[in-house]
Amino acid sequence: MTKARTPTRILHERIRIGFMPLLDAAVPVIAARCGFARRQGLEIELVRETSWANVRDRLAIGQFDAAHLLAPLPIAAAFGLTPYEVPLLAPMVLGTGGNAITVSRDVWAAMKAADPALTANDPISAGRALKAAIEARKARGEPLLTFVVVHPFSSHNYELRYWLAAAGIDPDQDIAIAILPPPYMGDALAAGRIDGFCVGDPWNSRAARQGHGAIILTKAAIWPASPDKVLAVRADWAMTNRLLLVRLLTALLESARWCADPANREILVSIMSDESVLGVEPEDVLAALSGNMPMAGGELFVPGMLEFVAKGANRMRFADARFYAEQMQRWGQVDLPADTDAVLRRIFAIDVLADAARSLGLPLDANESSDKTPLFDRLPRG
Amino acid sequence: MSREPSPGDPQALAILIIDEDEIRASIIEEGLREAGHERVVVLADMRNLIGRIEALAPDVIVVDLANPNRDLVEHLSHVSRAGHRPVAMFVDQSDAGVMEAAISAGVSAYVVDGLRKERVKAILDMAIARFQAYSNLREELESTRRALEDRKLIDRAKAILMKLRGLSEQEAYHLMRRTAMRENRRMGEIARSIVSTATLITGGEE
Repeated sequence: MTKARTPTRILHERIRIGFMPLLDAAVPVIAARCGFARRQGLEIELVRETSWANVRDRLAIGQFDAAHLLAPLPIAAAFGLTPYEVPLLAPMVLGTGGNAITVSRDVWAAMKAADPALTANDPISAGRALKAAIEARKARGEPLLTFVVVHPFSSHNYELRYWLAAAGIDPDQDIAIAILPPPYMGDALAAGRIDGFCVGDPWNSRAARQGHGAIILTKAAIWPASPDKVLAVRADWAMTNRLLLVRLLTALLESARWCADPANREILVSIMSDESVLGVEPEDVLAALSGNMPMAGGELFVPGMLEFVAKGANRMRFADARFYAEQMQRWGQVDLPADTDAVLRRIFAIDVLADAARSLGLPLDANESSDKTPLFDRLPRG
Repeated sequence: MSREPSPGDPQALAILIIDEDEIRASIIEEGLREAGHERVVVLADMRNLIGRIEALAPDVIVVDLANPNRDLVEHLSHVSRAGHRPVAMFVDQSDAGVMEAAISAGVSAYVVDGLRKERVKAILDMAIARFQAYSNLREELESTRRALEDRKLIDRAKAILMKLRGLSEQEAYHLMRRTAMRENRRMGEIARSIVSTATLITGGEE
């Protein structure tokens, strides 16, 4: 027997992070569970929440140090659209892609009736088919289709609306858009209370695998490589805890690389599907992680379905932040102030992330190109 | 002093409590009625929540924070352009303390724009106080329940130690107590490990 060693007491600084049960919470979850936080002398306490409003509020009043948050929410907070005038910073993107649009079997059948050659994941033909289905309902005097998204200030809301509008469907007139928490969407679809939803996985794959949802589109097809969730902190917290934040971001960047490595997929699936994180079947989680999505009409490999490592060490591209702000204005949530660009640059400032990236030797791509966001209807077809 | 609203008074506030915990909801409801509010409705069932909120057209909505439908309730404040009743979260930006107390107590509230602040603040204060009292009560109940369970486990563990190691009752108790102190665990936890280990080894025969 070896002599029992006196355990070396290492004081880890505690950071409490709130998250919603979605696959793109993987980066903080893995940082907490697989040693990346410890390596930076941090102890991450994860708190699963039941609503984005709770995550936002508990971050704002200091019950969370950091949070897995919808990328548009810090922007909404800066524009005074949230209950607190607490400035938030979002120094890092936690994932790109991740979402999909799922409809009921009935809606999919109606879309197929309008276009028998329809295949999943083509925004243009899917939009045309849904418009035809909506017009047919209107002609028969049937009520509006109801779609749900997770939050008014969410990428899901804006992606869905962007795609509908591009197809000539008015999101405020031709369809009803309501709000529902992600884990409830599948049941609501199965019960016929809603006709479709836009949400992050595993909730699309789960509904498809359970047989009551048809996944028609992925975020990767609407807006390739676009940011979805961010790590958010209070600006004042970041100011007084700058070095702590650098360590946290370093841990998260390492975790993101681990999550992106296919060699770790099996462990990632088992951790994320566990009751303490998502509480779903491993297969529900594997779909988006592998990119092999159970789309309407059969399995399809979707490149960029969900990526944990994004260009420029997971920084928010200014053009993407600007796109979110513009969507808020487009859908009547806010009149953008004259200093919008300055506000966005402050929220998504990269100085702290730059320090973290440098410590890992990752390029940050500081002079990002000013190219437009690559939305599907702006891309060359072919 | 503001006049206390009487039943049927068009000035009386319509207050909606959304809480799946029906006991807690009834405690809040009782508090509101004691404060003279007559138009109080409790929703414990979350089906068709939006439709029912719209039908009730409440002036104030009180929601528990554990309720996943909070995002949905909040959404009502962002759809006013579509012709719905405008609802905004009750927050006096200068009074962050009240909101902190509310969040810590696990409750949030939303009100129709333009309501006099002091009328609503009294409602929120009452809700915060009752949520806190209720969670204290729950904690007390929980600790009583746990103490009872621990006592039973400790008795069973004692009997196991007495039988397997030939100890007296007092010796068995002291052994467990010393172990608990050394490992910095509760007596109940030590007893639980003894009972479950014994069950594993003897196949349920103690």
